[in-house]
Order: sequence, then C-alpha cells, then structure tokens
Amino acid sequence: MTDFAIPVEQDDEEKYVGRRMLRVEDSALLKGQGQFVDDTPVKKNTLQAAFLRSPHAHAEIISINYEKAMELPGVFAVITGEDMARETDPLIVGFENPIDYYGLAVDKVRHVGDPVAVVAASNRYVAEDALDLIEVEYNVLPATIDPVKAGLPDAPLIHPKADSNCVSKRHFVHGNPQEAFNNADNTTKIKVRYPRNSITPMETYAIVAEYVESTKGFDVLSNFQGPFSVHTVMALALRIRTAALRHRSPENSGGSFGSKLVIFPHIVVLCVLARKAKRPIKWIEDRLEHLSAASVAPNRVTEVEAAYTDDGMVTGLRLTHWDDHGAYLRAPMPAPIYRMHGVSTNGYTIRNLEVTNHIMITNKCPTGAVRGFGGPQLYFGVERIMQKIATELGIDPLELMRRNLITADQFPYKAIAGALLDSGDYHKTIDETIDEGGLSDLLKCRDDARKQGRMYGIGYASCVEPSQSNMGYISTLKTGKERERAGPKDGAVASVTVSVDALGSVNVVGDSVPQGQGHRTALAQIVADQLGIDPENVVVALDTDTAKDGWSIAAGNYSCRFSPASASAADLAAEKVRLKMARIAATMLNVSAEEIEFSDNKIFARGNIENSVPFYRVGGIAHWSPGSLPDGMDPAIRETAMWSAPELTPTTANDEINTSLAYGFGFDFCGVEVDPNTGVVKIDKYVSAHDCGTILNPGLAEGQIRGSWCAAYGATFLEEFKYDDDGTFRSGTFAEYTVPTATELPDFTIVHPTPNPSPYTRLGAKGIAEGNQYSTPACVGNAVADAIGYEDIELPLNPSKVLNWIKNSETRPSKETQEFMSFDTQDKPAIFGSGEFEIKATPTKVWELLLNPSKLADMVPGCESLDIVDENKFSGIAMLGAGPVKGRFIASIELRDLEKPSKAKIIGSAEGPLGSSRGSGSFELTETPSGTSLKYCYEVALSGTIAAVGGRLLRGAARQLINIFLRSLARQAGDMGRVDPIIKVLWFKLKRMVGLN
Amino acid sequence: MKPPKFDYIRVENSEEALDLLSEYGDDAKIIAGGQSLMPMLNMRLVRPQVLIDITNAQDLYGITQTGDAIEIGATTTQADLGNWKGLALNLPLLATAIPSIGHFQTRNRGTVCGSLCHADPSSELPTCLMLLDGEVELKNKKSTRKVKADDFLIGVLTTAKHADELAVKAVYPAAQDGANYAFTEFHHRHGDFAVVGIAGMALNDKIKIAVGGVADRPEVREWQSLADDDIDDALNDFAWELKGNDDIHATAKYRRELVRHLGRKLINNLMSQKNHELPQ
Repeated sequence: MTDFAIPVEQDDEEKYVGRRMLRVEDSALLKGQGQFVDDTPVKKNTLQAAFLRSPHAHAEIISINYEKAMELPGVFAVITGEDMARETDPLIVGFENPIDYYGLAVDKVRHVGDPVAVVAASNRYVAEDALDLIEVEYNVLPATIDPVKAGLPDAPLIHPKADSNCVSKRHFVHGNPQEAFNNADNTTKIKVRYPRNSITPMETYAIVAEYVESTKGFDVLSNFQGPFSVHTVMALALRIRTAALRHRSPENSGGSFGSKLVIFPHIVVLCVLARKAKRPIKWIEDRLEHLSAASVAPNRVTEVEAAYTDDGMVTGLRLTHWDDHGAYLRAPMPAPIYRMHGVSTNGYTIRNLEVTNHIMITNKCPTGAVRGFGGPQLYFGVERIMQKIATELGIDPLELMRRNLITADQFPYKAIAGALLDSGDYHKTIDETIDEGGLSDLLKCRDDARKQGRMYGIGYASCVEPSQSNMGYISTLKTGKERERAGPKDGAVASVTVSVDALGSVNVVGDSVPQGQGHRTALAQIVADQLGIDPENVVVALDTDTAKDGWSIAAGNYSCRFSPASASAADLAAEKVRLKMARIAATMLNVSAEEIEFSDNKIFARGNIENSVPFYRVGGIAHWSPGSLPDGMDPAIRETAMWSAPELTPTTANDEINTSLAYGFGFDFCGVEVDPNTGVVKIDKYVSAHDCGTILNPGLAEGQIRGSWCAAYGATFLEEFKYDDDGTFRSGTFAEYTVPTATELPDFTIVHPTPNPSPYTRLGAKGIAEGNQYSTPACVGNAVADAIGYEDIELPLNPSKVLNWIKNSETRPSKETQEFMSFDTQDKPAIFGSGEFEIKATPTKVWELLLNPSKLADMVPGCESLDIVDENKFSGIAMLGAGPVKGRFIASIELRDLEKPSKAKIIGSAEGPLGSSRGSGSFELTETPSGTSLKYCYEVALSGTIAAVGGRLLRGAARQLINIFLRSLARQAGDMGRVDPIIKVLWFKLKRMVGLN
Repeated sequence: MKPPKFDYIRVENSEEALDLLSEYGDDAKIIAGGQSLMPMLNMRLVRPQVLIDITNAQDLYGITQTGDAIEIGATTTQADLGNWKGLALNLPLLATAIPSIGHFQTRNRGTVCGSLCHADPSSELPTCLMLLDGEVELKNKKSTRKVKADDFLIGVLTTAKHADELAVKAVYPAAQDGANYAFTEFHHRHGDFAVVGIAGMALNDKIKIAVGGVADRPEVREWQSLADDDIDDALNDFAWELKGNDDIHATAKYRRELVRHLGRKLINNLMSQKNHELPQ
C-alpha cells in the first residue's frame, strides 16, 4: 500500500483521532448561520411548487382537469402523471419488476398522499390556491394494507401489470435447515409484527431544479443524501446523459436518518416541471406531506422458528418475512431486508438457516431508508425467540445468549448467510457491560419488586451492527442466473480529496454528504494526524457538486458508511499527500524520503529535528516553483483517494453475501416496570454498550449513541404510522405521529467496552450510528415479556395496548343496555354509528319526508341544494363540519333496496377540499303505538387531510351532524320524538345554534 | 400548508371587533393566541374571509376578582392566569390543571377564552369550567349575555357563541369554603391532548367530577353521600355512559379504564384532603 513505512512511534495522545474534539460545525449552527437549501439564494425568476395529493388509498384516475388552475394569476405550469409518462422513463429499481413508477400517479393513485399533479406558481400561497382548482375525478377502489393479506388471491391488485402484490419472493437455504429441524431436541416459533415508523428530520425535503439549455440537462440543488447510484436512476428516467444531471447539495442538511434518500423521484418530477415552466422551481416539503408521503421504514411480519438442543444451543433458524413496502418500490428498495441478509443469524453460531423474503406492495406510503435499515425488523424477531427458548428451557436468557454467541477466537467469522464478521469479543463486551452497568443490582431490584407483587422485568438484546454496505448486496434478491446476466456488483467506493495550497493551508473535499453528524470535524482530525499539522489548519468542505467533485456510485451518507469508508478514504488521500510532500522535503533536507517525518506543523529528518522545514514551505514550493520539484513529479498538491475494500465481494452462487465491510457489536440490558392499572411501561434502568472498533472522536460517537437511543425509544414506545383497514391515513401531524421529546426520554447508561478495531478499515473504525435501533426495541420487548409473561409483544408499547395484554376482562355497567354493546370499534371505518329514534308520525309520513328532496334539503345540516338526478338518486351541496372547521361538499346519494314504507339502504359519497368520503347506511321504520321507530346505522370512510389530522374528533363531529338531521326529521314529521334527556338538552342547544328555531 | 387569502384586521378595542363581527358574521374569525387557529388556517381546514386580531384590545385584557368569581378577559393568556398571584387561593383547581395545558411556549400565546371557544373535548380549561359551573360572557354589538358552561359547550369544536358574538370573558367561580379540588390527566407525552382529563371537587358530602377527552365535550357527574364501597361502581357506570371512541391514541375501553382508575385516585385524593382548610 505504501512505498515506505509510516512512522508509528507517535504517542497516541499526540494523535487527534480518538480525541473528544469540539465540532467545527457547531458554532455556525448554534448562531443560526448554517447553510441549508432554503437558505441558499435562488435566481429571481424562481417559482415555487406545490403537489396535489391523493385523498384516497386506492383509486382509478378518471380525469384531471387543471384549466381553472392555469387561469389563476401567478400560475405558470401544471404537470400530471401523463406528462411524466410521456417525457420520462419509469424509475428503475435493482431488479426487473412490473411496477412503472414515475413520481406522479399515472392512471391510478395507490396511497393517501400519492402525488397526482404539481403546480409551479409565483409563490407557495398561489401554488396551493391552484391545487384547490384542480378537479380530479376518481373511481375509488378497495385497498389493502396488511402485508400478509395483500398476497392473498382476493386482495385488490395494486399494480395491474403484476400478477400479485408480492412482487418478489426469494427462498434461501444456507447449511441444512431441514435436517436441523428434523433432528432437533426442540423447536419453537414466534410471530412478530414490526410497526411502520420513520425518524422525522427537522428539515424536510428541499429541492431547487432548473433546466439547462446548453446541456439539455438539469441543475439541481437538494438535500439528497445518496447513495449516488440513484443519480444514474434519475438521469436514465430523464433520458439525459448522466453528466448532464448536475446535482449539488449544500453544506448543511437538517437531519435525515435515511429519509432523504428517496427524495429523488421528486427531483425528477421537478426537473420536468422546470423544463415546462422554463424557470427554476423550488419546493420545500411541508410536514403534512412529509408524514403522509415522504419515506418510512417497511413494516414487517416475520414468522421465526428455531431448532435447539436441550442444553440451549440453537441449531437452526427459519425466518419467513413479509416486508411491506407500500405502494411503489423506489431504488434501492427493497434493500433493508437484503442489507441484513448476511447477518440473519445475528451474532450467533447458528449454521443452518432458511429465509423466505416476500416483498409486498400495499396501499401505503412507499418505503425508503430509515436509520437501522432492516436491522430492527430482523433483530426484534431473532432476539425475541432467543428469549423464548430460554424461557422454555428454564435457563437465564443471558446465559443462553452467551452459549450461542460467536467466541473471540472465531474471528474473522463467516456467518452462514455470508457476512464476514471482522472482529469482536462479544463475551468480553457483555462481561464489561453487566459489570459496569450494574446487572446484579438490577436483578435484585426485580426480585424485590416481584416480592411486592409488582410487574417488573429484565430484558437483554445483542446485535451485530453492520457498516459500509456492499453495493452488491441488493443483487442477492436476484437468482444466480439473473446475477450472471447483469454482471458483478460489489465494493463500495468512497472518495476524499486533500489539497495543500501555496500557503500550506489544507483543504479536504469528500463525498460523505453529512446531515449533522460532524464529519468535518472527524475528517480534519484524520488529515491532521497524517500531515502532522493542527486540525485548525484543515478546512473541510462537504457540500457536493457532481459536476466537479470526485465521487462514485456509493457516495453519500447511509448505512454507517462514514467511519469505515470516508475515514479510510481521507486517511488514504492524506497519506498520498504526505508521500508527495515527503519526497519534496527530502530534496530540501538532503535526506531520503523514507527518513522524513511530519509533526508540529513541521517536516523534518528523523532523529534530527533541527533539520526541518515548515509544512507551509513545502506546500508553497509545489505551487510557486514546479521546477524545483523532484523529477517527474506533478506540480501542486491535490490527491484524491477512491477507496473500496476487497472483502466486499459479490453474492456467491449459493446466495451468500458479505453485506457489509465492518461489523460492530452492541449489547443492552434493561429493567422495566409495567403499571397494572394504566399499562404504562416505565424504564427503570437502561444500559447500552457498543463496540465500534477505533473511535474517531468519542464526542461524536456518544452523540450517535444518544441520537440512536432517542429514535429507538420513539420506535419502541410512541411512533407508528397508522392506517385504517381501508387505507385511510391517520398520522398526519406531530399530534398523531408522536415522537419523543426531551421530557419523555429517560436517561440511560453508556458503557464503553474494550474496542476491537476492524482489520479491514484503515483506521480500524466501524459504524456506530444505528446501534440502538437494533438493540433497544428488542431489549425493551424482552423486558416487557419478562415482566408480564406475555409472548406476543407488538411495538410501539402504547399503554392502551399493553393494558389489554395484562387485563382483558372489564366490569360491565350496572344497567346493561343495547347501546353499550357496539362501542369497541377497532377495524371500523373512520365514522360509524347506529341508533334508534322515535318520531310521532306514521311510517308513511316519515317515508315521504325522507324521499322528498326539498324536505330533505331542509333537514340536512348545511344543505345548500339537493336535486333529483335519477330515480332514487340525488345530488347536492352542503357545508359540513364541526364548529369553524367546515367545508363545502358535493355529495351524491343513492337509495337502494327500497321497501316502502319500511326500509332502504343509502349509499353516498361526498367530495370537498377537506377530504373525500364514501359511506353507506340503512334505515328501518317500524310502526309503534306512538308513531314510528326509526332504526338507523351508518358507516362513513373519510380520507384526506381531515382524516389524517382530525381523527380524534371525527366520530363526535359526525354524531353531531346526524343528531341535527334526526331532530329536524322529527320536527318536520310534526313532533320532537322521545329522546334521551342528555340528547334532548343538547338538541335545544344545537337547534338554537344553527337557527332552526 | 399555506392558508388561502384572507383579510387581516388588527383591532385596538372590543368595540371595533364587535363592529367587524356584526358586519362579517360567520365569515370572520377572531384570533388571539392562534395556537389552534393558525394550524387550522395553514391546513386550510378553516377558511375565514376576515381574521380579526384582538391581541391589541386592552379592554379585553386582565384578570379581575368580582365577588365569588374570577373574570378572565379574552386576551389574557393561559400563562397570565398561571402566573396570577391569586390563583392558588382562588382557583386551586386551575393551579393544578394549567401545567397540563400544552407546553409553556403554547401557554404564553394561547388564551383562556380561546381554549373555551375552540371547545376541544379534551381541553383542560373547558373541563374545569364545567366542573366549577362557570360561565362565558358573550357580547355582540347590541347586547351581552352570560352563558353557563353546560350551555356554552355543545360538542366537538362547537359552542353556543353566535357568529356575531365575541367571548369577552370567562368567569370561573372562586373556590368555595370547605371544598377540595383536584385535577389529573393522562397523556402519552407531556403537553399532548389528554386521553382522559378529570377535574374533581368535594364539598361536605358531595363529590363532583368532570371528565374531558372521552365524550364530545367534558361531562359532569355529581354524587351525594356516595359510600366508599359504591365509588367504583358509580365511576364504572359514568365511564360507560360517556360513550368514548377508539382513536389512534387509545381504545374506548382504555378510556373507560382510565375514568375508573384515575377517577378513583382523584376521589381518594379529594377525600384525603377533606379535612384540610383552604389556605387563607
């Protein structure tokens, strides 16, 4: 690798790598002087974009009419899926599949929030006004949201060109799992459901796109995070030369956690819009858009089966996954499940493995990268079954874990599915953690609590933490033959350029696209160590420009790539600079290059510190006097390293894949207590340890551990994107999608175990940013299972759900009545209800009222018009809502199965800017001694903004409207009717309010 | 998330606001703290033609003690009330409830009257107003009326306030001699909308509670001479009668569970305070 030995005599304390140095990024960020996309000046003719999004989970697009929107002053262009299908090619993914995805819906919408059209206008207000004027006619279709049910023959097919919503199914056999299960002393199984969540960055997607006439290409500024392999996907879709797609990212990105990978379909759409509008277009995604339609981690159902011996050795593992990717696949999806394939057996010595991967399409937001990238879903199942085996054998789960973990002498260890686990001492890490973390005290705590009858549990979880993804792993999804046809894919290239200028100042440029992690600080430390200079003399610029920077397809910020890859590339580039400067200095100091050393901003002859030259002088000569340089040496000093690792090999014929380069190890334990009255799970103590090899900067590493812990706490306790069975989206704001804040987060103990540096990265560093995503959900899940003796633990641990696990009986009311029977409403549409109501008039009279449009118009609250369009078919306009939240709905209603004068069914739909609703109901009139009894029931599905943000209040609001209607009916029929006293009082108030009296 | 066009008028006193309300009626919307209204405007859930900002109306500001009641002006923020020196003595219920209203940042902006007019069924201030049998003073250009909480709060986001009326003040009855008060709430995160919030008082042999977050508005139940053995059954019946809903945060059953469990704890708390005198 080098043509002379790098001096290593330096005392470690003289090195900057490993030091807790303050972040060079922070001063600007804390003073509000960071440079994000929205801070970047744009051309003065730049337009703003707004997306029209589907209120439906699944519907055919019958027509889109945007003429009125185009007439609005300030509107410059509108494009729809038709434009995309005409002007672009479908966005490809890593395998051939029948999904044509264009970024805008073509023919069909497939999830709530699916972009249907995009408007370019003089500002965002006008753009959103224009959205109100676009008329879209939909034919609503049944939706499917469950990844297992979506694969059944009767499930609605989401992509007509596909045979099934299961767009890829692969079966993997490693070792001899059949034999392992047949010969096992014991087998066991567990089914886990990992929820759909994300990690929501402070800064949402941000894009400025411009058409460039001179190249017939595009110039894009965005907070896209990579991998830059997707740059190719964009250029191919846009039908331009890849070099003509110039992408720039600014200095700062306000967090991403993976989400800003799949910003790229929006980039393609905005490029097409910019070309049509003939102006640059800017789009800053808002929070409603982000939560409903940006990017989420796939939720997953996994059946886990294990074969194990009587002494607790796990001999076989069978994993059947249904990975829910939502409505479309966007590159590099379905990567998360394949990124973890090589480590399907976690850190255990399990030699027989069977994996079945179903990649499922459902009517939900499409997926993307989320911190943890397939790990939380996998390890939750594996770690839960390890605990179950321990329980079945009656041995301590920690002891079971130890028996099965890879031992220190086995490294590097080739896991059965192909991961080459580079280094570690898992048992020592555990010993150090339980010792320093105080496990024995915690066990005593549990004993004491249980003696008092409290629900207290302890959980453990271990995890192998992969870093620097092999660009070839996604090919594991293909069959061996398909891979052969496509050619080899492997490696993961990182690029860093180091320059020394005429005054000896050092400039570093890299492709790591940071989102707040402190890469600039760490790279300055690495380069300073190589060149023997102060880090203050190193300026790192990590904004990117694909037209000017060194980069390759693996560039970007994902899968814990920085510490192994970017750090290695920086070290290598700086070493190249050092070698060159050593040769120059050697001529000046009259010694051989091999004798040159770098330290204290000086370059000197080894053993003779007096024979030295300042660092800047050597830099100066390279620029000012090329003639003085050694023969054959290029002038100036600028060295680029393109670094990959030979260990990142392609998938083998047997589907074994070394999915990542370096593998850290995490071990957590915790104690939790469950409140038997409220179901609240409280963390009593949480201890977490991560061995990530060489630590570049302990402050940065600790920041990553704490950040991952916060996100993992959210996934474990609070965060889930909720959908109704009909695909209605429920988590539209941060009041519904609840992320933890500082108030909710308990403190925890970080243990720093003895590091086991990676032999495959230049500095021995491994990634550390995702550790708690892997360990915490499983660790807390195991602790809750231990506390309450319940197996089917499903995250997040909403107290309402937990209480149901421990207490399923309920005291009935003292006076049982029919109306209490129908409250528990899970799996019902947004709004439903039923009731009985007495009217002092004959059924015939009531019937006539209900079928008379002019009378009906008086009774329907907010009704502005109601007309007969056909026999038993009505259409009308009504202002509906609750309090100030009102919208004008265009409704159509049809009566069916009429049995005059006793019963009928009602089917209807209503469309308005607040949302879109469809419903059905029925009523039955029965003659009673005092008049007529009206029995009714209704079910209404409501989608769009109001459903996403107002879920808490919808049923009450609907009840109010129905009560107004029923009282009007009674009044029209000539009598108030007999009612429940509480409703009666309310009725008077309602009437007064709406001016009916 | 940008609102549609509206006119914005900042008034200097209540008279100007009432003139505008009489002119625009239902097409106008009053804004004070804007903690609920601004998001609703930005999400285009509310589309007024005219937004009347009353924050500069000095005559609507302030907390006044009149006889047995505390009157809180329309522009008085929740933080103003929380920081009011007389709070613990005169409104001990609110002293314990206010910290549960959103976060201190939202309380610095959000007004007491705004929360009452917004009529979110889970809000703390309407729940307390119901328990204390307080009133809201409504004024239009011609007349003023006081409406009892029970008549004012009608349902989800719905009150008895007419379109030309301004809620000029909230009237919270002061603590009664010998009465004990308590408030408790369950939320997933501090500052979230309550899953269940309960305000309670005990006076002589009367126990009264108001439950927010379950029915379409806070509902009140009062019991005389309730024997200790009967408390659980009484709470259970009330829990069922509230007819709560499932939503993404909690099931209807869980809400009943909380009414029973938190209700019992709250009543125990009230009973244990019973012999204590109010601070003088």
